[in-house]
Amino acid sequence: MILQVENPVVEVHDLTVSYDRKPVLWGIDLTLPAGALVGVIGPNGAGKSTLIKAMMDLLASSSGYVRIFDQPLKQVYNRISYVPQRESVDWDFPASVFDVVLMGRYGKLGLFKRPRKADKDAAMEALEKVGMQSYADRQISQLSGGQQQRVFLARALAQNADIYFMDEPFAGVDIATETAIIQLLRQMRDEGKTVIVVHHDLQSASEYFDWVVLLNMRLVASGPTEKVLTQELLEQTYGGKLTLLSNVGDLLRKQEFPAREKL
Amino acid sequence: MKEFFEFFSFADANIRYVTLGSVLLASSSAVVGCFTLLRKRALVGDAVAHAVLPGVCLAFILSGTKNPFILLIGAFVTGWLSLVAIDFITSRSRIKEDTAIGLVLSVFFGIGILLLTSIQHSGNAAQSGLDKFLFGKAASLVGEDLITFSVVAVLLLIAVILYYKELTLLCFDQAYARTIGFPVRGLELLLTTLTVFAVVVGIQAVGVVLMAAMLITPAAAARFWTENLKVMLVLAAFMGAFSGIAGAFVSYTAPAMPTGPWIVLIVSMIAILSFALAPRRGWIARILRQRRNKTRILEENLLKLLFQLGELRQDYEASRSLDDLLERRSIPPKQALRGLQKLKRQGYLKKENQRWLLTTEGEKRGRRVVRLHRLWELYLTQYLNLASDHVHEDAETIEHIITPELEQKLLEELNYPDLDPHSARIP
Repeated sequence: MILQVENPVVEVHDLTVSYDRKPVLWGIDLTLPAGALVGVIGPNGAGKSTLIKAMMDLLASSSGYVRIFDQPLKQVYNRISYVPQRESVDWDFPASVFDVVLMGRYGKLGLFKRPRKADKDAAMEALEKVGMQSYADRQISQLSGGQQQRVFLARALAQNADIYFMDEPFAGVDIATETAIIQLLRQMRDEGKTVIVVHHDLQSASEYFDWVVLLNMRLVASGPTEKVLTQELLEQTYGGKLTLLSNVGDLLRKQEFPAREKL
Repeated sequence: MKEFFEFFSFADANIRYVTLGSVLLASSSAVVGCFTLLRKRALVGDAVAHAVLPGVCLAFILSGTKNPFILLIGAFVTGWLSLVAIDFITSRSRIKEDTAIGLVLSVFFGIGILLLTSIQHSGNAAQSGLDKFLFGKAASLVGEDLITFSVVAVLLLIAVILYYKELTLLCFDQAYARTIGFPVRGLELLLTTLTVFAVVVGIQAVGVVLMAAMLITPAAAARFWTENLKVMLVLAAFMGAFSGIAGAFVSYTAPAMPTGPWIVLIVSMIAILSFALAPRRGWIARILRQRRNKTRILEENLLKLLFQLGELRQDYEASRSLDDLLERRSIPPKQALRGLQKLKRQGYLKKENQRWLLTTEGEKRGRRVVRLHRLWELYLTQYLNLASDHVHEDAETIEHIITPELEQKLLEELNYPDLDPHSARIP
């Protein structure tokens, strides 16, 4: 059940990503429709975050390419927005909540330029959307996990992008925050934005997403939620690791073999 | 003392220049060091500092002069090479970064010492003073040297101001910086170059051996005082500048002394004082906070005891002796007495004939502690399924820290209960 769409906003073609020569994602072929709330779902170690990072060009791929809005990533930086995992940064950094959200405007500003009044307005508006306006002057080291997540979300919102890539935005947040975030994501989708979310909870997946990508080292399924979240496909995704695939990967690493032959 | 006034009157033009030079060098490297520190690359600065020595020596051997500009280029080249070597080793082998730094540092420094020794034995008269690069000599910062290095120092400060936004994001969240289209590789290169330059100018004052301290110590000390990066940069610059002046002074009054160790000792003193005295993050602030917590616990326990005695005898107005209190709970009598007296001063207690009784406010506060204790016990039994004989100890601590908002939430979640798990009434 891998449904390819016409005029996709995201096109992933034959993407293989390796860590230390061991492929963790094998030959992903994936297209995503515009204006959808997409969940990327799979067990631990399935390569969900790896897929997002490879799409963002944060990881080198062994093969394949990614196109967004039918263009390479470099052409569309101003239309995309990325929300990294909360733990990926050191929150004991000398900055306030507002400072961090303002970073969402840096891409639009370009080098050298200082944030203008309009950028500060946009940052404040983004903070309001996630319900954190009263925390603007708070030091980021004092935030709870849920608040950190909201701040990252606000930073992404301040970018005013057309497509959002979010890495585990629901990890370690309380129920109230999760509900607030999903409402916000729905609202963004209704405004025509595409939102791609790495998510680890199967229970809520069917309720949250319009489109689901099932992943476990390879692409198991991609399609509308009701067609993808079936017993059979879930068993394929969660039914144990593909031991053979993993063994071959280990072999590639040990022998220092390239994942693709170079001509 | 005479020298002190002589120096700090700045009457001598030479002193003015040396001081200005030291301040510029020390503060520019402190500012760059802030970003190195926040990027968790403190050790790299140390490697670069040691790696510039062979560059200085090579530049001297090849050119035969001590022209500061040429020496600077030599220092820059090997400083840079060392960073390339660290990156290369880390990415192309299984050696981890800390090991790679150690390897590169010692190899480059070893070569540097080798070259320096052979220059010193070559009998070249022009070489005298080259050894100043080892431990620094602020007072030798005159003429051409001063101008060259001061210009570089000013350029460093300008670069940091220009690229403030970019460097900040690079240090905080590099991955995000890439996704918004920042040239992260270029910025990394920029910060590396700034670090190398900071080291190259700083070694004039401090010397290669101790240069890392100039880069990192002011930044680490400044971090203790503030949560604002701009303030941190300014503070670090001032701390660097202060130690720079001090170093210049030492270098002036005691020409035989190497300046570097003095500057480093002074900046380290500032750092140690910062660790101790800084508000919130410092040791003393933490000790005070803990003591405040302790007295608060003691006071609230005393009020709670008096309230409980009132509850027991159904008489909140009666006065109790110290022994009545200590009978119910063992508190060191001296401590208890001190606590009681303090509560009296604060208006929570009254004292009549060596006996104590609660004022209205004291009763209120005591009642609240008892209420919180019992609410928390109930919460633990209901929501954590703990046995009722296991919850008392936990509630003993929690009763002191629950805020009014949390109290309200507790009441709501427990549906405004009347009795705690031990069937005592919740006041």
